Amino acid sequence: MQQVGIEIKNVVKEFPARRGEEPVRAVDNISLQIYEGEFFALLGPSGCGKTTTLRMIAGFEEPSSGEIILRGKPVQGVPPFHRPVNTVFQDYALFPHMTVLQNVMFGLEMAGVNKQEARQRAAATLEMVRLKQFDRKPRQLSGGQQQRVALARALVKQPAVLLLDEPLGALDLKLRKEMQYELMQMQEELNMTFVYVTHDQEEALTMCDRIAVMDRGKVLQVGRGNEIYETPHSRFVADFIGETNFIEGKLTAINGKKATVMLPGGVEVEATPDQADTPMNSSVTVAIRPEKVTLVHISPPTDQGLNARVSTAEVMSAIETEEDRTFVPGTIIFSNYIGTDTRYTVRIGENSTLIVREQNFGNFKDIAFKVGDQVMVFWATENARVLIQ
Amino acid sequence: MATRSMAIHIDEGRIRRDLTVRKAGKIGMILEPLFAYFFLWAPIIVLVVFSFNDSRSVATWRGFTLRWYGNILSGAVGAEARFSTELMLSALGTSLVVALIATLIATVIGTAVSMSLVRGNYPGKSLVDGLLLLPVVIPEITQAVSLLLFFSAIFDFVGTTTGVRLSPGIGTVIIGHVVFNISYVAIVVRARLADMNPHLEEAASDLGANPWRTFWRVTFPLILPGIISGALLAFTLSLDDFVVTFFNSGPGTTTLPVYVYGLIKLSVSPEINALSTLMLLASTVLIGISMALQGRNAGRG
Repeated sequence: MQQVGIEIKNVVKEFPARRGEEPVRAVDNISLQIYEGEFFALLGPSGCGKTTTLRMIAGFEEPSSGEIILRGKPVQGVPPFHRPVNTVFQDYALFPHMTVLQNVMFGLEMAGVNKQEARQRAAATLEMVRLKQFDRKPRQLSGGQQQRVALARALVKQPAVLLLDEPLGALDLKLRKEMQYELMQMQEELNMTFVYVTHDQEEALTMCDRIAVMDRGKVLQVGRGNEIYETPHSRFVADFIGETNFIEGKLTAINGKKATVMLPGGVEVEATPDQADTPMNSSVTVAIRPEKVTLVHISPPTDQGLNARVSTAEVMSAIETEEDRTFVPGTIIFSNYIGTDTRYTVRIGENSTLIVREQNFGNFKDIAFKVGDQVMVFWATENARVLIQ
Repeated sequence: MATRSMAIHIDEGRIRRDLTVRKAGKIGMILEPLFAYFFLWAPIIVLVVFSFNDSRSVATWRGFTLRWYGNILSGAVGAEARFSTELMLSALGTSLVVALIATLIATVIGTAVSMSLVRGNYPGKSLVDGLLLLPVVIPEITQAVSLLLFFSAIFDFVGTTTGVRLSPGIGTVIIGHVVFNISYVAIVVRARLADMNPHLEEAASDLGANPWRTFWRVTFPLILPGIISGALLAFTLSLDDFVVTFFNSGPGTTTLPVYVYGLIKLSVSPEINALSTLMLLASTVLIGISMALQGRNAGRG
């Protein structure tokens, strides 16, 4: 099952210097293993090297050093037209002088399939992507339809690997959601390896089995969506995937899975260390997601809110029984109602701030905290991570 | 209310002056191109009008006639008996042969050069790119003289080494035309290629087409309007060329422009007006088609 389909070994791609500029290292020594039948995402901001990596798999670029192995065969020097991979381009790159059917038949014709069989297979693939306008020219189609042609054209040759370069980037939100769903279904049915380049973290989380987060030519972290979301190993990954609070402090103790960090102003918080050998007293960052933080009142509530009905003491005693939570007193300095939940900005310690998301349960009394309220902020230790700066 | 609003000083005289200036400017906008076009077109209009003048004189209008066109075609000889339909047709034939062959060669080479300039990646590319414009901007007389010197040097070398004596003729004219036509073709095709989405060729390659098939199945059909347009431009320039032809044709080869030049050495006859008008018509049609194709290029994106 877990057979490696694509292996990328220490690949570097350097583009030659333009006049008066340094050479650009677009991909900086990356190694990846992509399994057969996997839906794999290369995720990162523009310029992180994800598209260059994809282009090296396709054969449009050759690595400056390192190796790419497709199904056990090194593909060094193999031109794109001899590689068992097909690409869906970001701008679709449909041949404007050919009809939809001719576009899809092109790859089969190049492979020497006779015209009649090519026509049948192309038609079947177009049916699979639910497109009927066989005789139209690409420019007569909508963006979503063009997307389907591009997909059919790449799928018709039944490649070992399908490479997708931000294929949904040009579509509007609703269509994008539909296509995401269709792509996932298609990938499952075909059991084909998909390598999907995107800068949209939500798209990667929704669709892909595993994600490689890239930045400045390097792979920072590879893992399943929830692993990357819950246990980011670096500030960049924590920041790029979802929303995260970063609180600066000094590491004062590590005890197994529990680290203590002193914030400016002498407040101590607890979190899970990312690396057990982090030296004491070094500057660290505590990363914690806004939805993983809970607020309770400590001062008499200013309003008869939901939380206010429960006495603070009761909550505290209930919470104390559970293990590994960290409590910090704070002050609400900003409150922002955004429908599904309310975002509070809370000051803790001397001048650290924390964004906290409290879900709204369909009751106006949900907005339980007012600016200026004294609150107790708490989180489970395992949900906060200590990252080296 | 009125007392509270700020006083605005209105100098009506000044406003009127400024409005007059603006009106004059607007009229100027219309007059300027009229002047420019008058200088551009007046000589040509005179040429065309007097090709229908029922008189040998080029100074006075005596009424409409198609006689001079008839003379060209029928071989009826004018009063001065210098115009020969036979010679003219032979010159036209030479012109067409030269233009056709030169265009064909220049189009193939020019297209290849533009491919290399747009898709290629090699040191010194920008230099090659700059040199491409050279034949367009250097004076034609310089080009003609340098070609003449070049050919005589080559002929001299061939003569002394092999004993074969070569002389200028239709071959040297064709080569001369190819030289300046390559640039024009390459410039037109390059524009079309640069407009083309480079991902299309990558897509073809990705789908299993080798470079040869990629070119013929994808690139060529998409740049074909540019190639035809460049070829028509080259054909027209070749047909009209005088200087390069005159310097490099040797004694036996006469193209239509060279023939016309021979005719007017003594005086301008109405037959020449008529012939020039026909040449103008042919050039206009060819350039018109070329421009229409380039326009369609832009529209197709």
